Amino acid sequence: MTEILRLEHVGKSFGGIRAVNDVSFSLQQGEIIGLIGPNGAGKTTLVNLITGVHPLSMGKVFFDGEDVSRQQAYQAARRGLARTFQIVQPFPRMTVLENVAAGALFGGQAGSVNAALEMSRAELAFVGLEDFADTPASSLALPNRKRLELAKSLAMRPKALMLDEVNAGLNATEIDGALELIRKIADRGVTILIIEHLMKVVLSISQRILVLHHGELIADGDPGDVIRNPRVVEAYLGSKFAARVQAEGHHV
Amino acid sequence: MMKSLLHYVALVLWLALIASTPLFADNYTIRIAISLTMFSAMAVSWNFIGGFTGYPSFSTAAFFGIGCYVGAIAQRNGVPLVLAWVLASVFVAVFAALLGAIILRLKGHYFAIGSIAIVEVTRLITSSWGSLTGGGDGLNVPLLQGNPQEVASFVLYVMLSILVLAFCTSIYVDRSKLGFALKCISQNEDAANMVGVNTTVYKIIAYTLSAVFCGTVGAVYASWIGYIDPTDSFSILLTVKVPVMVLLGGAGTVFGPIVGAGAFILLEEVFWANFLEWNRAILGLIIVFLIFFLPNGLLKLDYNRLFKRLINKKARTPRTMDGTS
Ligand SMILES: Nc1ncnc2c1ncn2[C@@H]1O[C@H](COP(=O)(O)OP(=O)(O)OP(=O)(O)O)[C@@H](O)[C@H]1O
Ligand SMILES: [Mg+2]
Repeated sequence: MTEILRLEHVGKSFGGIRAVNDVSFSLQQGEIIGLIGPNGAGKTTLVNLITGVHPLSMGKVFFDGEDVSRQQAYQAARRGLARTFQIVQPFPRMTVLENVAAGALFGGQAGSVNAALEMSRAELAFVGLEDFADTPASSLALPNRKRLELAKSLAMRPKALMLDEVNAGLNATEIDGALELIRKIADRGVTILIIEHLMKVVLSISQRILVLHHGELIADGDPGDVIRNPRVVEAYLGSKFAARVQAEGHHV
Repeated sequence: MMKSLLHYVALVLWLALIASTPLFADNYTIRIAISLTMFSAMAVSWNFIGGFTGYPSFSTAAFFGIGCYVGAIAQRNGVPLVLAWVLASVFVAVFAALLGAIILRLKGHYFAIGSIAIVEVTRLITSSWGSLTGGGDGLNVPLLQGNPQEVASFVLYVMLSILVLAFCTSIYVDRSKLGFALKCISQNEDAANMVGVNTTVYKIIAYTLSAVFCGTVGAVYASWIGYIDPTDSFSILLTVKVPVMVLLGGAGTVFGPIVGAGAFILLEEVFWANFLEWNRAILGLIIVFLIFFLPNGLLKLDYNRLFKRLINKKARTPRTMDGTS
C-alpha cells in the first residue's frame, strides 16, 4: 500500500476558537475512510485545510509525497485532491454538462472547452445523469445535485476525493444509490474520505474510521474497534448505541 | 444558430451605417457617431469584468482618464501620434493588472466602492501633479491635421477600429477557456476555485481587458478634443454610464453592450434635443427602469412572449365587450 495523504500536527484557529487541533493521520491509496464526530467538531474545517480553502495555523499536509501545506484551493484541485461541499455548489446558470466540463477543463486534463464537454458525457453516464445533460443545473432536485457534484469532481480525475455529507437530505433508497456510486468510484482506485452522520452508512462503507471531537482526533482505526472505544462512545455515539451494537453483535 | 447569424448581420449593418455617416451627414451627426462608437467600445470592454465575470466595476473613467493623459503627455514630448496611443493603452493595461491584483480581492459592494474610489484617487493625483499634468488648468494636446470634417471622419474610423477589435476579443473570450473560467467565477467563485480555476489570474485578465480598450479610447479622444482637464477626463458620470449601457443591453452577452450603448446614446440625444435640463434625470430613470423591469437587459427579453401577450390583449378586448352587451 502506498500513502497518498499525510497530515502532521495540523491545526486551525479562528480568532480564539481552535476548530482543529494537532491532528495527524495518513491515508493509503484506494482506501475508503469514514470521518465522524459531533456537530462543530471541525470535520468540514479539516477538509478545508487539506484542500487549501483555509491556510493552516500549524502543521503540515503532504499529498502524494509533496508538501502541499501552503497550496491554494485551485492547486489542490489540479493536483488531484477533489472535494464536494456540505452545501452543494453548482454553477446554477450552466447546463449540467457544462458544470461537469468545468471540472474536466480546469482540474482535469481536457485541453479545450469542446474536449472537456466531450469527456464529461462519460462522467454524467457514470453517475446516471446523462438524461439531464442539457438542463440548467439550478433545476435539478437535491439527489441529482449531489450526483452532479460527484460527476464534477470525477471529471477532475482525482486521486483522492473528500465527500462532505453527500448523503444528507437523501432518503434510504437514494442513500443506497449514492453508496453504490461511491463504491464504484473507489473501484477506480480513488481514495475516499467520507464525512457522514449516519452510523449505519459509515459502518457499511468504511474500511477505517477517524473520529474528531472538539477539533482533536480521538480515534483512528478499524471500525469495530472505534465503535467500542469508550471515548468515542462518550463523545459521539452514546451508550445506547454502544449497547445496541454489542447486542446485535455487529460484524464490522 | 439562425438567431445569432441574424445578430451578426444586424451588427454589420449597424457598423456600416455608422461608418457611412461622413458620406452624407453633417458634422454634428458625425460627432454623435463618434460618441456612439467610443461608448460602444467602452461598454464592450466593461462587459469583460462586469458581464462575463460578474464584478461590478466602476473604474472605467480611471482607465479612460489615464489613457487621455498618457497619450497627451507622450505627444507633447514628441512621441508620434499612433505610438502615443499604443503607449497609453499599454500603460493602462499594466496599471489595471497591478491594481486588479489588489482590489479584486474585494467582492460585491466592497469591490464596487473600491473601484469607484480609484476614479477619485486618480483624478486627485492628476490634478495635484501640476508639473506633469498641468493640474486643474488641464493640458493642450497637439491638434490633428486637416479640416474639421476630415478630422472627424479620421477619429470615427479609429474609434470604429477599436470597437471592432474589442468586439472580436469578446467573441474570442466568450468561446475560449478564459470565458468559461469567467462564467464559472461569476456564478460561483468558491466552486470555481474548487474545480481548479485560478480565479485570481483570470479575474486580473478580465479586469485588464476591461481597461485596455478604454485607455486607447481615452488617448484618441484627447487627440480629437485637443484639450483635457481632470474633471472631464475622470468623470463619475462616465463611470456610471458605461455599466448602465451594458445592463440595458444585456450583461454577459456578446451583443448586449453594443445594443445598450446604441439605445442609451440615441435616447440621450432625443432628451438633449428636447429637454436640456432633464438630461441627468434620464440616467436616473433608466437605472430605475433597469432594476425593476429589465434585470437581464434588452437582449434577454422574451420578445415572442411579449408580442403574444400584446396580441392576446388585443384579442381579448372585443370579447369582453361582447360579453357585456
Ligand atoms: N470560517 C470560519 N470562521 C470562524 N469559525 C469557523 C469557520 N468555519 C468553522 N468555524 C468554527 O469551527 C468549528 C468547527 O466547524 P466545522 O464546520 O468544521 O464543524 P463540522 O464538524 O463540519 O460540523 P457539522 O457536522 O455541523 O458540519 C465550529 O465551532 C465553527 O463555528
Ligand atoms: Mg461540516
